[in-house]
Amino acid sequence: MSAATTSLPNPATAWELPSRGKVAMAGLIIAESAIFTIFVVAYLFYLGKSITGPTPREVLEAPIFYTICLLSSSLTIHLAAKSLERDYRRLFLCLWLLTIALGGLFLYGTAQEWHRLIYERGLTISTNLFGTTYYSLVGLHGFHVTAGLIMLSLVAIFGFMGRVGVSQSDRVAVLAMYWHFVDAVWVVVFTVVYVLGR
Amino acid sequence: MLKRKSSTLRFFVQAILLPFWSTIAVWASKPKGSSAHGTNIFAPSSTPAKSISDLSVFVLAITGIIFAVVFTLLIYSVVKFRARATDSGREPAQVYGSTQIELAWTIIPILIVVVLFLATARVIHAVEDAPEPVGAVQVIAIGHQYWWEFRYPKLGIVTANELHIPVSDPSHPTPTFLQLLSADTDHSFWVPELAGKTDLIPNHPNRMWMDPQTTGIFLGQCAQYCGVQHAKMLLRVSVDEPEDFAAWARAQQKPAVEDADAIAGRRVFERNACMNCHRVDGTSADGHFGPDLTHLMSRATIAAGAAENTHDNLRLWIQDPSAIKPGSLMPAMKLSDADLDAVVSYMETLH
Amino acid sequence: MSSNVITVPVGQTDAKPWVDELHQWLTTVDHKRLGILYIVSALLFLVIGGFEALIIRIQLMHSHNNFVSPEVFNRMFTMHGTTMIFFVAMPVLFGFANYLVPLMIGARDMAFPRLNAFSFWLSFLGGLLLYFSFFGGSGLYGAGSAPDVGWWSYAPLGARAFSPGHSSDYWTLALLVSGFGSIGTAINIIATILCLRCPGMKLSRMPLLAWLNLVMAGMVLLAITPLSAAQIMLLIDRYLGGHFFDTQAGGSAVLWMHFFWIFGHPEVYILIIPCFAFMSEIIPVFSRKPIFGYPVMVAATVCIAFVSMSVWAHHMFTIGMNSYANSFFTITTMVVGIPTGIKIFNWIGTMWGGRIQFKTAMLFSIAFLFQFLIAGLTGIMMAASPFDWQLSLSYFVVAHFHYVIVGGILFALFAAFYYWYPKMTGRMLSEPLGQWHFWLFLIGFHLTFDLMHIPGILGMPRRIYTYEPGRGWDTLNLLVTIGAFIQAIAILVFVANLIISYFKGAEAGNDPWDAWTLEWSTSSPPPAYNFATVPTVASRRPLWDLKHPEDPDSRYE
Repeated sequence: MSAATTSLPNPATAWELPSRGKVAMAGLIIAESAIFTIFVVAYLFYLGKSITGPTPREVLEAPIFYTICLLSSSLTIHLAAKSLERDYRRLFLCLWLLTIALGGLFLYGTAQEWHRLIYERGLTISTNLFGTTYYSLVGLHGFHVTAGLIMLSLVAIFGFMGRVGVSQSDRVAVLAMYWHFVDAVWVVVFTVVYVLGR
Repeated sequence: MLKRKSSTLRFFVQAILLPFWSTIAVWASKPKGSSAHGTNIFAPSSTPAKSISDLSVFVLAITGIIFAVVFTLLIYSVVKFRARATDSGREPAQVYGSTQIELAWTIIPILIVVVLFLATARVIHAVEDAPEPVGAVQVIAIGHQYWWEFRYPKLGIVTANELHIPVSDPSHPTPTFLQLLSADTDHSFWVPELAGKTDLIPNHPNRMWMDPQTTGIFLGQCAQYCGVQHAKMLLRVSVDEPEDFAAWARAQQKPAVEDADAIAGRRVFERNACMNCHRVDGTSADGHFGPDLTHLMSRATIAAGAAENTHDNLRLWIQDPSAIKPGSLMPAMKLSDADLDAVVSYMETLH
Repeated sequence: MSSNVITVPVGQTDAKPWVDELHQWLTTVDHKRLGILYIVSALLFLVIGGFEALIIRIQLMHSHNNFVSPEVFNRMFTMHGTTMIFFVAMPVLFGFANYLVPLMIGARDMAFPRLNAFSFWLSFLGGLLLYFSFFGGSGLYGAGSAPDVGWWSYAPLGARAFSPGHSSDYWTLALLVSGFGSIGTAINIIATILCLRCPGMKLSRMPLLAWLNLVMAGMVLLAITPLSAAQIMLLIDRYLGGHFFDTQAGGSAVLWMHFFWIFGHPEVYILIIPCFAFMSEIIPVFSRKPIFGYPVMVAATVCIAFVSMSVWAHHMFTIGMNSYANSFFTITTMVVGIPTGIKIFNWIGTMWGGRIQFKTAMLFSIAFLFQFLIAGLTGIMMAASPFDWQLSLSYFVVAHFHYVIVGGILFALFAAFYYWYPKMTGRMLSEPLGQWHFWLFLIGFHLTFDLMHIPGILGMPRRIYTYEPGRGWDTLNLLVTIGAFIQAIAILVFVANLIISYFKGAEAGNDPWDAWTLEWSTSSPPPAYNFATVPTVASRRPLWDLKHPEDPDSRYE
């Protein structure tokens, strides 16, 4: 049986298709955006509807510093990915570790805020509608930051083993896409929870 | 070839089957010798049900025409363009499409949708946004697992499962407007010949209305799955002449009958946990979890229509509710036979 | 021209011990084997779900029946719906997509073979979790078994207060886990189609099956995730004391409905669009003409995908939305019928002027057209929301959606089985058995689901374990049940055909149907690498061009 081959009109044209890693990560980001949208919708819908308990205005303090940390980590990861493309491995590793540190700081800030809310202000996930929607939305985001940090740390370990170079720059770029997504979600969550919600 | 013939045969068979199904439907749908009205959405007795029925017939007509046209085209193509032995393996003309045809069969459906939507929007507005006239009867319906609570706030009446409403004269209408609430999970109030269904959802009050134009008993049941005994949350609506409705209301407004012979049964009722759930107006029983029993004997059925309101059924129900409605939230009280008979006698005095 | 199969000298493939064979199947990352795993597991769940349906139908045979208790009945309809949607329909369609998409675009496998395997096993695990509920659902209080909250688990029925024990939790977890598997498969399909097409296969030259699976995968990303989100919220309510759907704390039962149906409605389009794909491949081949209006078919599908995300509350017409909301969802639901209707017209246009061959696959396809037309029209009836105020939550709806799912999706699937079984196994399915299967199933289907509309019109609600006599529902329900048993027999004939033909069927060769897409250019079954050399294409029907060099499609596109 002959192969299904007919000659292309212009054999010299290169057949270029998008990179599967980027397409897949874009797909994942679309799916995750839908999940976050539902949690944001629930948060907005329940604003002002709690029957009892503390209100956002009474207890929330905008985490400006930790937000700056997280958003700066987008810049550092972008620079890290760019430096890896040029095979500047040490610069890449420094910027990468800085990204992890900034992300870790953000998580620390969230933990600190939750500690204050639970122990000083008496707001838990079961206190009222605000508690439920707040911890769920911020927690879902924090979970995604944690997952991202685990992935970033794995890459850092590979980096220390000398296994990350210019030929891995595509995969690192895909991971950076995820990290940018996590930061973009924080912009939305911050706006909804700390700006609109109060 | 057998296959070719059998496919054309199939379509003729299906065309013959359609009237066959319809005949079965008509024959099977006659309610068997009951004095109550049926539950046929195309036998409306009230304005909302009638508007819906009229719109539905219009929609059926249009969809019927669409079906006839497309079905004819389908049969025609299957019959006319079947492969024949004389083709000798030649391929037919390879047609890729036609912009004109595509436009035609896009625009015509758009027009049909516009017509259907306009007809529908009128009825939506007429039914949902109908203003409540001054003479309307107001009822609050509260759904429970697995029974209906009916309150008439302006008349001071509380009853259960069987709704009485006055017939409405089109010249000066006296419709009934219901506010729909729920004490636990989701339910749906559906009496097909009086109105479309509307759900009873906790923390989400709803509103519906009906203005029945014929008297009689109308049947329905809960239509939103609400748990184990969803199937036995039946509805019985008695549409009465105005005088009969007034008489019923007066009787319902009175506190419970005090029958000296039933005092033993009343003591059993009050000493056991019955009064935790049930209310009997004029006594110390003021529970709200279960149906109000003040005028239990004015109802034709018990357990939301699960059984006729007879002596034996009442006794069985109190002795062991799961014998009639397993999963119902009324516990078996484990009364002794003497207590059981006494309390049943007491119940039977509550007219 | 080199052959598309690298031959292996005789004697080098020894018979393997069955343990090795099993191990290969359990660890495979080959899209064809994973496709078959999806399909076979779906068939197993189909039989189980079918038994649940028969139990339901026996119980409803006449009024006041007590074949099963109300508790068991409620578990049966919950498990039947959940099984059929999540563990039959979705896996079997993913299975066909997995098998066919790489072959049809000239690729060697899916973009991420290991993700593919992971997604399958997640999906299968979900099914096992759901059925484990029969054993593990009772929890500390002995209070549960399989879930019995309906396949939508409306709030607050799914809350701890109304669903003690773990039955609801198994339902939630099973769907959450298999949902993640679905998202993985969708990402894989999108990456495969966008990144692995063979040279010359521009998007406008892709087979419609690839296009429609691309659209379906995009919808999965946007539709399954709201359900995942709602499931997480339900778990937070049940385990962490959350109040998302706790009406006593001010929560909203209606919010669950919105979230569920934002998933639920696109979900049914996710199920039907791959079936449209089957029809768009099968009907042309057995009419001996190309699909009529390829670009319109693509555009209509994309249109359906977008509009279908805006119709969800037509499942909620009775919950008391205001007249503007009801009108909005009425018009969007009617509008989504337009591109759907256009597709039916295009399939008829494909048959028009053709030379139709009535092989079993084509019989199922023609029946699909007839039944999908009717199903679509009953859908238009319910789009008119006042009509739906009567029909919703009644057996009319049950009849409608079974008409789409059985009369549409299952018939299209049967067509796909008869069409592609030769490619997957190298053997033809028996045509005589296929005829028996078709006619028996057709008669049983129509007996059951044509008549089922009528009790709905006569006021019979759904999800009731029994009903009152004297409402005119008895005889109809009895006939419906008889039809169900006829369908069961037909399914047995089908399964027998699958098994017998595997061993005794006629050899298929590469291209038994004289078809035109790339999967028919390689052997049946294809080798692990699909194609010896990656093909290059110049039109939508590369094999037509090869067989008709004097009149290639590439001249007209």
